Amino acid sequence: MQQEFKQSIDKALHNANLTGALGKFSEAYKVNRAKAYEGIDFEELRGRIAELKSYAASHLEELSDLFQKNAEARGIKVLRTNDPAQVREYILKVAQENGVKSIVKSKSMATEEIHLNPFLEKAGIEVGETDLGEWIIQLAGQTPSHMVMPAIHMTKEEVADLFSKEVDERLAADIPRLVKVARNELRPKFLAADMGISGGNIAVAETGSIALVTNEGNARLVTSLPKIHIALVGIEKLVAKFSDIAPILKALPRSATAQLLTSYVSIISGPTPNSDGSMKDLHIILMDNHRSEMAADPMFKEAMQCIRCASCLNVCPIFRLVGGHVFGKVYTGGIGTILTAWYDELKSSEYIQGLCIQCGACKDVCPARIDIPAMIMEIRRRLAKKQGIPLLQKSIYAVVNNRRLFHGMLRAASLAGKPFAKGTKFIRHLPMFLAELTDGRSLPAIAAKPFRDVFKTIDQPKNLKEKAVFYAGCLIDFAYPEMGEALVKILNRAGIEVLFPEGQTCCGAPARYNGAYETAAGNAADNIQALLAEPADYVVSACPTCTVALDHEFIATFESLGQHKWLPQARQLAAKTIDFSTLVKKLVDAGRLTLKQGQELGKITYHDSCHLKRTLHAEQPPRQLLQQAGYELAEMFECDTCCGMGGSYSLKLPEISAPILKRKLQNIKATGAPVVAMDCPGCVMQIRGGLDQEGAPIRVRHTVELIAEQVQE
Amino acid sequence: MFEQFKTRAQGVSAEVYRFPTEAEAFAFLVAFLREEGVAEQAGQYGVFAACPFLDRVDRAPLAAIEGMSFEVTRERAAAAKIGISQVDWALADTGTLVQDATAIDKRLVSTLPTIHVALIATAGLRPDMPAWLADVRPEQANYIAMITGPSRTADIERGLTIGVHGPERLVIVFIDRMGGTN
Repeated sequence: MQQEFKQSIDKALHNANLTGALGKFSEAYKVNRAKAYEGIDFEELRGRIAELKSYAASHLEELSDLFQKNAEARGIKVLRTNDPAQVREYILKVAQENGVKSIVKSKSMATEEIHLNPFLEKAGIEVGETDLGEWIIQLAGQTPSHMVMPAIHMTKEEVADLFSKEVDERLAADIPRLVKVARNELRPKFLAADMGISGGNIAVAETGSIALVTNEGNARLVTSLPKIHIALVGIEKLVAKFSDIAPILKALPRSATAQLLTSYVSIISGPTPNSDGSMKDLHIILMDNHRSEMAADPMFKEAMQCIRCASCLNVCPIFRLVGGHVFGKVYTGGIGTILTAWYDELKSSEYIQGLCIQCGACKDVCPARIDIPAMIMEIRRRLAKKQGIPLLQKSIYAVVNNRRLFHGMLRAASLAGKPFAKGTKFIRHLPMFLAELTDGRSLPAIAAKPFRDVFKTIDQPKNLKEKAVFYAGCLIDFAYPEMGEALVKILNRAGIEVLFPEGQTCCGAPARYNGAYETAAGNAADNIQALLAEPADYVVSACPTCTVALDHEFIATFESLGQHKWLPQARQLAAKTIDFSTLVKKLVDAGRLTLKQGQELGKITYHDSCHLKRTLHAEQPPRQLLQQAGYELAEMFECDTCCGMGGSYSLKLPEISAPILKRKLQNIKATGAPVVAMDCPGCVMQIRGGLDQEGAPIRVRHTVELIAEQVQE
Repeated sequence: MFEQFKTRAQGVSAEVYRFPTEAEAFAFLVAFLREEGVAEQAGQYGVFAACPFLDRVDRAPLAAIEGMSFEVTRERAAAAKIGISQVDWALADTGTLVQDATAIDKRLVSTLPTIHVALIATAGLRPDMPAWLADVRPEQANYIAMITGPSRTADIERGLTIGVHGPERLVIVFIDRMGGTN
């Protein structure tokens, strides 16, 4: 299976149509989405949505009861069930009792979730998808590759081939013409259908109403022409009040397709007359299928807030490379991974969860304010707990959890790496099975002398008024000690003495991001003791991933594991932790540190590291510092898109990491700047390695190095 | 508010007209139906769903156009070029029309024909959806339809195409002095 999954990735990566379509879409989406949200306070809007959906998720039973009562009072037949099999049988029974021969459907993820079509077809009923994208993939015998744009992976030529077979006529790959063919082919099906099946985007408890959001007009036909209408609605679509539809309808179209509103919204609150004067036979099925279990799990309740806009797919640097056939099952992308783990089973998400690089781009745009990356981490943790950590990784973590052994091995690696580094600062090629690690990227040679040794030789001025504990992290300690030296120099100038507790070790991020929370907790406890041992005003780090570990994740790891012993100290540490650029910006603003005046240092571009921007929200301080120092900032395209490093991600999925890096390098080069700055040694490793391998003459520097050069003596 | 509505609606390919009186709107309608070649011929019919506007005007000039019918059947609507209905509200910030579409003929004329002409009293304009929600009572309308521009899709290579399952054109006619309202 692992191999099968890797093959599916490989296939997707080599599908130029897919990556081309998704890539172009993701670029246009970003611009169009921003435009659609112009003049809207997105934080306020998503706060409201999160609140009303969270309320609903906490009152599922009550709202379901109310919905049922109100809908039934208006003549709607309501079925509530936890069981997908019961849904299928109910629909079949209604169909058979009414002699239904053909059904038209508008787009419904819930029906795909329960594999309704094959079930009904097996019973001899013709089922026609009418959403254009869904119809295309139905004809192609495929599954949707995107929740909102199911056929985004197909070209117009492929669609023309499919339609040609359907209408027995050679059709040109002309989109308006193909759309017309679909209209003409599907029109008689709508008029002949005995039953219409739809989903529901919102279900309002206080009125027993459902809202359907579409663009093509097919849902209007599905709910108007056949005499029977069945709507299948997941209970996560419930909201308490009729007025709750306004914020959802404000966000959903903007986030899904960058529209102010879709062409059509239908709000159905009861049966309506058919054209022959009879009344519509209207059924609404409220389906649970593990949703209430999800709502009852404090770590996953937030996922119930999802309004299915798929914006998490659209901004995902991985999704745009591999698409939904690799990244997800019925539900795709980030949220799809979470829904798959629940609606299907945890094991089903085993491979797809590994695709998430934890860059946090989805969390930033989610209109329901769902912390998707955090939930994927929790899935990882639960999978690791249930299935164990692979032996090789386990032995690595055993080493990482033993600081002396781990650091001893890193020192040894410095010697072992020498033959490959050939006197440069890079390892360009590794032998045999390790070769993939240097595919498209050179790795830094392990420094001859780690920072912990260098530190002892630094002569700091005496009697400085403040103290800062420096948390180096593995990369600065063992690969880039010069960054640590630069940091000491800067802080000394600002009157701060730097302490380097020897007991500090790996921040635990690699273990945590692989679900090995026990190892991460061990690292956290070791670091807390080391970093709090001596009194200091700050704990500063020049690695955003480490900063996030110290500032957020030690606490989160202990809480996930239910370990309370170190929690108070973890909070104490978090309160003192600050990232390098934010601290230095403060020192400059306070007049404690002066940068050389009147410098003209030329053009520079800046790469946003994921954790710095999206967890620490510190994207401005480094930019301001660099400009104050005399650099002219030339922003690159997609400056805040992940570089593909993701810690061990680039080792586990190098085939995905490499194209993400390539894109980043292109964007850097396109600015024409001779220097690119960033605040993360991991990004430096990835980007410097990539540029080295391309032989591009662009310098890759950590902000700490550039600022150290510009502090006033 | 009207100008905002017009900008938004035109932004999604709707056509927007405004007349001070019902008589002027009616004259426009008759001319429009003739211009579009409504005739007693499949694909060229005109269908008009029952509404207060239709009740008040003298429909003779409309009835005189061959192919126009006021009894809306599925078959007639499916073979119609133009469907006309009256809608109840308009939301300025998105260019959206809102209609109590409980009566099936209102949905038939706005979903099946190639062109949908929507008549609306200018007094039905609301700034946005929350303002409209304050006025509406869903318990009085089992089917509320919101319409924002013509039917559209981008399902093939993301190429925006107008007119999939619904109308290819949406023609919106505002009437300032409509019936009892002003």
